[in-house]
Amino acid sequence: MSAKLLEVSDLCMRFGGLAAVDNLSFAVEKGAIHGVIGPNGAGKTTTFNVISGFYKPTAGTVRLRGETISGLRMYEVARRGIVRTFQHSTLFSEMTVLENVLVGTHLNYRPNIFAAIVGWDSDDRRAARAKSEETLEFFGLLERAGDRAGDLPHGHQRALGLAIAMVARPEVMLLDEPFTGMNPEETNSMMSLMFKLRDNGVTILIVEHDMHAIMGICDVITVMNFGKLLAKGRPDEIRRDPAVIEAYLGSARDVA
Amino acid sequence: MRSVSGRVGIWLLLAAVLVLLPHALSFSQQEILVFLTINILLVASYRLLTLTGEWSLGHAVIMGVGAYASALYTKEFGIFVPVSMVLGACTAALVAMILSYPLFRMKGFYFLIGSFAAGEIIRLFWNRFREPFGGPKGIKRIDPMPDFDILVWQFDFFEPVSYYYFSAVVVGASLWLMWRIERSPVGLTFHAVHWQDKLAEATGVNVRAYRTLAFVVASGFAGLSGALLAHYIGAVNPNIFDLELMVFVLTWTIIGGTATIYGPVIGCIALTIVNEIVLREFGLEQMRPFVYGLLMIVSVLFLPKGLESLVQKGLARIASSGLDRDMGRERETPGS
Ligand SMILES: Nc1ncnc2c1ncn2[C@@H]1O[C@H](COP(=O)(O)OP(=O)(O)O)[C@@H](O)[C@H]1O
Ligand SMILES: [Mg+2]
Repeated sequence: MSAKLLEVSDLCMRFGGLAAVDNLSFAVEKGAIHGVIGPNGAGKTTTFNVISGFYKPTAGTVRLRGETISGLRMYEVARRGIVRTFQHSTLFSEMTVLENVLVGTHLNYRPNIFAAIVGWDSDDRRAARAKSEETLEFFGLLERAGDRAGDLPHGHQRALGLAIAMVARPEVMLLDEPFTGMNPEETNSMMSLMFKLRDNGVTILIVEHDMHAIMGICDVITVMNFGKLLAKGRPDEIRRDPAVIEAYLGSARDVA
Repeated sequence: MRSVSGRVGIWLLLAAVLVLLPHALSFSQQEILVFLTINILLVASYRLLTLTGEWSLGHAVIMGVGAYASALYTKEFGIFVPVSMVLGACTAALVAMILSYPLFRMKGFYFLIGSFAAGEIIRLFWNRFREPFGGPKGIKRIDPMPDFDILVWQFDFFEPVSYYYFSAVVVGASLWLMWRIERSPVGLTFHAVHWQDKLAEATGVNVRAYRTLAFVVASGFAGLSGALLAHYIGAVNPNIFDLELMVFVLTWTIIGGTATIYGPVIGCIALTIVNEIVLREFGLEQMRPFVYGLLMIVSVLFLPKGLESLVQKGLARIASSGLDRDMGRERETPGS
């Protein structure tokens, strides 16, 4: 058994009277593709928001490699190696495709205003550009490097969202519904991208509605319902879990 | 190669025009030219501030901070004027740094109101304290820029032409610096913060630090423009840097457009021409607020992307016609 990279313990996130996340605990192993599923409103996005530092949890902790990161600001979490994508607004649509990815290099090539004026940062700029182009190539977007990101077709926009996160070379990527609105073809190519990312040593935590996709790519799945942990296990175990089938009855019968 | 030499040619032409321009003008027009040059720096620095998406209403007052500071440094400590101008700019940047702590807890509309309030508090200090700010009457007899000679040229800075050359060099250098910043990864990060601050933060950008950086650097340049103004007119008072000036800055920026560095500059030049030539010639100066408001509405309705969008279209047409020529030559051979 490999090491626990990311540990969520007794996590609670309350909005007024509503407990969006309620005493949730789970752990993500290094190098895994870890799925989080559950009916709408189960608290999946909120969980991501807490892990990534977008919200401070009401109670509980998130640890990365044993270090407590809950309560840190989002950019501080990113600097420790967790980069997320958003369910919506996953790119800078007014900027070019290349510029989008260049923003993602911020973590590894921290800009400096004085070096920028004098021109001492040309090595960094060249390296950031090379890294960005390499990443665009990886996602099959290099030919569109000069296009305005908002003009890309939907599937490419999603891929660009991943590219922005990927170029930062994170240890963990949090992906919130990356397959939304994709046709089966795009979904398939996206799934192979995820495998490629994992083979590159990235740990992936993914929220997704598309059961076919999630069962196909995940090593481990955590199921949430009403903010609580409902089940966890390998995809084949989850598929047969009576509690999971119960929770999904009426919304998505095809889990089983 | 051709395009590089073409570009150098255009810059040389522009430089020649800027050098010869004051000699085609009357004395009072030369004075206006000096103010225009200083205002260009003010409005260009304002655009730098807006790059991260926050619009401030305190920028005119920040300009005043540079003006007061530079005036006081020369008066109280006898500091050499060009040096005190730089120190005035630094003071404005420092004040902006201090203001950024409360201000950047707010966003959007609240930031707008907060920045206005902060500016009014500073103006209150100027009005309230005779020592050292001179109260409502302000500071008078500020040291002028000392004369100096370069080779055969003598610069007497009471002369608007001399002061115009001096400020044109300072403003040109400042615009170049701002351009360098915007074209760098720092500038890219400013844009990212503007368009999607959450996504930028998720990729490791300290959004608040970048907002502060844009605010502080922009304030430094605004302070420099204030210092240029102070040592030209020789007197500063709180009324120079009031809301009216701020409204002018906003008008120049909106009419010019904010997508390019030259947009607000064009807006400033265009409205100065409207103001000084059209209104003054016809004795309609009293109508200025009305005319400005009208122009603002007209431009928002008919030219929402500002005057700069006309220039951009023109440049694109030139570029594409050049391309057509090249393509046309190629197309002829295999085609027919
Ligand atoms: N910022 C917020 N303020 C109030 N309620 C929220 C907020 N964010 C999420 N919620 C509520 O928390 C619950 C879980 O939402 P969410 O995490 O988005 O679910 P999921 O992503 O699993 O569909 C929902 O009932 C939602 O209305
Ligand atoms: Mg969600």
